[in-house]
Amino acid sequence: MSITIRSITKTFGGFTALRDITLDVPTGELVALLGPSGCGKTTLLRIIAGLETADSGEVLFDGKSAARTSVRDRRVGFVFQHYALFRHMSVFENVAFGLRVRPREFRPSKAEVRDRVHALLRLVQVEHLADYHPSALSGGQRQRVALARALAVEPKVLLLDEPFGALDAKVREELRRWLRRLHDELNVTSVFVTHDQEEALEVSDRVVVMNAGMIEQVGTPEQVYDHPATPFVYTFLGHVNIFHGRVHKGRASIGAVEIDAPDHADAENAPAVAYARPHELEVAARPSTPADLEATIVRVRFAGASVRLELKTAAGEPLEVELARSRFSELGLARGQTVFVTLKNLRLFGNGRPE
Amino acid sequence: MPPTDAARQTARPEERPIRATHASRAATEPPLVRWTLIAVAVLFLALFLIVPLVAVFAQALEKGVGVYVKALSDPDALSAVRLTLLAAATAVVSNLVFGVAAAWAIAKFDFHGKNILVALISLPFSVSPVISGMVFVLLFGASGIFGPWLSAHGLKIIFAVPGILVATTFVTLPFIVSELIPLMEAQGDEDEEAALALGATGWRTFLRVTLPNIKWGLLYGVILCNARAMGEFGAVSVVSGHIRPVTITLPLHVEILYNEYKFSAAFAVASLLTLLALVTLVAKALVEGRAKAPRLPAEFAQARGARPA
Repeated sequence: MSITIRSITKTFGGFTALRDITLDVPTGELVALLGPSGCGKTTLLRIIAGLETADSGEVLFDGKSAARTSVRDRRVGFVFQHYALFRHMSVFENVAFGLRVRPREFRPSKAEVRDRVHALLRLVQVEHLADYHPSALSGGQRQRVALARALAVEPKVLLLDEPFGALDAKVREELRRWLRRLHDELNVTSVFVTHDQEEALEVSDRVVVMNAGMIEQVGTPEQVYDHPATPFVYTFLGHVNIFHGRVHKGRASIGAVEIDAPDHADAENAPAVAYARPHELEVAARPSTPADLEATIVRVRFAGASVRLELKTAAGEPLEVELARSRFSELGLARGQTVFVTLKNLRLFGNGRPE
Repeated sequence: MPPTDAARQTARPEERPIRATHASRAATEPPLVRWTLIAVAVLFLALFLIVPLVAVFAQALEKGVGVYVKALSDPDALSAVRLTLLAAATAVVSNLVFGVAAAWAIAKFDFHGKNILVALISLPFSVSPVISGMVFVLLFGASGIFGPWLSAHGLKIIFAVPGILVATTFVTLPFIVSELIPLMEAQGDEDEEAALALGATGWRTFLRVTLPNIKWGLLYGVILCNARAMGEFGAVSVVSGHIRPVTITLPLHVEILYNEYKFSAAFAVASLLTLLALVTLVAKALVEGRAKAPRLPAEFAQARGARPA
């Protein structure tokens, strides 16, 4: 089932949680709502579910307005951040709940319920825990049970609120790969909320980057990472180096570097900010161009196969450069050494925002 | 209250420090001080709690079991027992319904005047029971606000059984609500939202999800409410009018017997109320643990070997 969100606005008291949000989620896609806390992503998810009502705008499922459909009848599977498992019920009873509360004429028989629940528990790999209460399970196990419970009602849409937020790093990585496989298997339209950019980039088909109640960018993980539409997306997705400079009639000068800025052809000596990811900068022991920035190595951090260098430019600005371990040894760099940084792939935003 | 992270850390068996069985020498006082403090505490407890308790039963049985049984099987006493049970049942049932509804509204919804409602609910706790009784006389008495209307319709509340029921319900109103509000607030509404999203109706959600979540807190509130309802004296005394045996509850009956110098009979009836207090105490202790026990975090369950492989 496809989800269409049309100019949704939501305020809580004086706080605007969502401003005129419009978004399309095609059938079968796995979409991540990514943003810092307070950006409105959970509110948007709850509005899709029908747990919250928008002040204006509407949600459509398969092109039909859901305004008059209550949360009970929307057929959405909702997985809560803290699982919300019924603590007085066993794992089996939790998963069976959605089947047992159906109106009598649609309620499956006892045997059917048992078979369905066991099939679901097998799917999420916790069948052996059927008789335990949630309090006896680990976080990862609870998450799986919560998912099985949501899937029991055969939802047309699966909504997950920070599904891995409360788990430790190792379990989180394992579970998110598993969720991706599960999604491909079930092919149910899914939306999940996260503040973890790595999670969003790894798991989803498309990422919706949100900030302060608005959508900053929608795109595939590659698109949002490689071609951030706004400075916010740039800084939120991964580390970034920021360079301040000026732009004048389509030419920008960042320190001694001059670059073409065709997007800013009309700019008249305006301030501009340029962004570059740590791995996009190159370092060398000797300058390769006259425009190279001179900097000193403040710290060397080893992160698996790559090395992160913390630098300080001659002007005292911090810089971060990431390079492969092999390149690092080849250059023979060490702390305190003076290096030269070549600026490439700079992306320019005038006045902090693209024009 | 949920344990803090620090508490959880130290509670893990592998990290728990070996606990000393005796406090270290440096942390204790000299024997004289220790024994004096203990003696003061024991004396105080004995004087204010144990001696009165024993005295009630000693006085009750002073003139033998015969007098004791006769005092309790007296028609007036039996009538008082019946009225007390009726008053307690009325108070518990009405406050149960009101308490759950009010706690639900207050804990799960935001609305204007919520703080005022919360303050109003605890009013019966802060007002002297005598005043509470007098308020009802002012409202429903012969010269009260609704008095003329009531007498025109042949209804009698004050100096009649309905007055006793109303007064008892009023003074016991806060017990169940005030027990439920913090509990329901702490539980949040995610469970209910989950049930609704799974297709349950509001009523089913209440029966299958909300009620089981609050049952121990509810029972605890009921026990407290019941104990107070049976023991209430002040408010009931004002609205009762002491019409024997129609408007006499157990505490009023004790007072009457005492004023008539029937000490053994008075204490015999009083011993009934004391027994009730003791039963309440035990029930309360049993329920309290379950009502207030925080949900065990997974690490605890794990540490206790409860977590399945």
